[in-house]
Amino acid sequence: MLYREAGQFKTSYAADQAMLPIRQDRIALVLLLVVAFLGVPVLGSDFFLSSIMIPFLVFALAAVGLNILTGYAGQLSLGTGAFMGVGAYSCYKLATYFPDTNIIVLVLASGVFSALIGVAFGLPSLRIKGLYLAITTLAAQFFLEWCFIRIEWLYNYNDSGAIEVPQRMLFNIAVTGPHATPTTRYLVILSIVAIMTLVAANVLRGRIGRSWMMIRDMDIAAELMGIRPLRSKLSAFAFSSYYCGVAGALMVFFWLGSAEVEAFDINHSFLILFMVIIGGMGSLTGCFMGAAFIWVLPVIIRAIPPFFGLDMLAATTEHISNIIIGSLIIFFLIVEPHGLARLWQIAKEKLRTWPFPYASS
Amino acid sequence: MEWLSASLEAILVSPFRDMFSMPDFLLQVVWEGFVSGILYALVALGFVLIFKASGVFNFAQGIMVVFAALVLVSIHNMGVPAWLALVITIGVMGLLAIGIERVVLRNLVNQHDAILLMATIGLTLVLKGAGQLFFGGEPKSMITEELGLPTGSSDWEVFDGIVIFQHIDVAAAGIAIIMVMALAIFFSKTRIGRALRAVADDHQAALSVGISLHQIWAIVWFASGIVALVTGIMWGARSDVSFALEIIALKALAVLILGGFTSVPGAIIGGLIVGIGEKLFEVYWGPLFGGGVEAWFAYVLALIFLLFRPQGMFGERIIERV
Repeated sequence: MLYREAGQFKTSYAADQAMLPIRQDRIALVLLLVVAFLGVPVLGSDFFLSSIMIPFLVFALAAVGLNILTGYAGQLSLGTGAFMGVGAYSCYKLATYFPDTNIIVLVLASGVFSALIGVAFGLPSLRIKGLYLAITTLAAQFFLEWCFIRIEWLYNYNDSGAIEVPQRMLFNIAVTGPHATPTTRYLVILSIVAIMTLVAANVLRGRIGRSWMMIRDMDIAAELMGIRPLRSKLSAFAFSSYYCGVAGALMVFFWLGSAEVEAFDINHSFLILFMVIIGGMGSLTGCFMGAAFIWVLPVIIRAIPPFFGLDMLAATTEHISNIIIGSLIIFFLIVEPHGLARLWQIAKEKLRTWPFPYASS
Repeated sequence: MEWLSASLEAILVSPFRDMFSMPDFLLQVVWEGFVSGILYALVALGFVLIFKASGVFNFAQGIMVVFAALVLVSIHNMGVPAWLALVITIGVMGLLAIGIERVVLRNLVNQHDAILLMATIGLTLVLKGAGQLFFGGEPKSMITEELGLPTGSSDWEVFDGIVIFQHIDVAAAGIAIIMVMALAIFFSKTRIGRALRAVADDHQAALSVGISLHQIWAIVWFASGIVALVTGIMWGARSDVSFALEIIALKALAVLILGGFTSVPGAIIGGLIVGIGEKLFEVYWGPLFGGGVEAWFAYVLALIFLLFRPQGMFGERIIERV
């Protein structure tokens, strides 16, 4: 069939170790990017862009962050929402202090603060493992949430306690604030997410990423083989929190427009964890699949009753989608613990050997 | 250096001065902390039961508390007498335990513990959605009087002041103590209890002497369902039955860390430490931080504790091998 690598010979080690060794994968990626950068903004309505695509990308980036920590480095975290909050609040403060600086620089810089906080809360991971660690990340979640409420400096002492995104221009186009069009915001987010995912993919298959995976698979063995747990665990926390922080900053500046502390509560931490589980732990493609699945599924469920002419309350559909998502999580853990990404991979393997049921590859 | 000595005094001296200048108030605070500590301990107890028997870290224990209380109240609101509603709720928790064992646990035998944890997070979502769908998400008041639980309060004059005891709190403490003793007897004296302990020690060895793992798991989930029901009744009597309880139940996780995942006395002592500690900290030190420190005190305490003793107070020493 189309997905067949016969005749593609590698003549150098560099080609053999390329990120996407199969030509069809490279073509598919380029097509996907073209559709994402050109097709979606041209064809999609404002509603589609601002309430489906933008949240999807933000959550996918946060899921990439969590997946680095949980799926690749094996450190279960329940504090993603709070790390996103650190990014959002520090971006807000940076935008206050440096009103003339390019907003994208500020968004990327705000991740640094999130990374620092992440390292601080990652320190216990050197002594605490597994489920115990998951609970200590709850300390990060609740402590940071408390900080977002009590430290008034973080939201410039305004009465509402919310952070409001100021208007910022880039090349004379409004990119944030009320006058920015969904298309602009979508394109900015898409560029950042695409570049950061590319960076993540390369870090993960490089030296640092492989040391994370060794720590995940068995930390004592990794230590005996010369991996420093201090360095790899903390770098995993820093890297992951950086991604979550940038995702949080993007969420407030390019999607919500203003946010209170509820935007970073524990439910969001769980939401992103679900995306990682359903998408597939230890897979970047899975992050996007999981984010799309978890974010789009409720939208579809909301659309089904009117389609059949039924009238249903918004709350009811939310409860039903809770039940469905919960059952799906259990279903996936039973049937395919590696999530959608694994199903996708199996499908690709089948295509490569088609029409034979198996092949000696 | 002036600010340093001033802040040292504010942190180290004046809270204690406040404590000893008003001992009746201190006693009141400790009592309040003791009662909420008992409730944390009850949630933690449900966790420990399941973790010991099946190695599953049951994140859904918190939502089981809410779910049980919600079923009880809703059935009673349909016009069923309170005692019958209680029986029906116990039946529902039994069915839930069997269902969870059949659908979830049986299929996830021998999986990594993080996967089992996530399965229970999925379970949390299902129970939450089902609870809200069938019984509505709005807060309900617990049927305290109909269940024959005492209401009202009595004062105790001591240290030139009064300490107020809510009767329901006293009852909660009493019931919790009775339940823990009943569980202890159940574990050490009955046939099923001994089988439970055997399973907790070693799954394979237990299987080889003819103990049915499936049966034991269903029983242990049922037992923690009962614990959840009792907790839900007590908690619901102090505040309304609502899904906000779920967040409070997360504090039981911090309790578990202090006590260790496998120790029943640890769960109780950990619960009391967290309950009393966070009330004292909130009242005497909270103003220094601007209040609301109850939200994170338990977790930060657990985190600091873990840094020095990763296995908890009564947990078994962790030995790792490659």
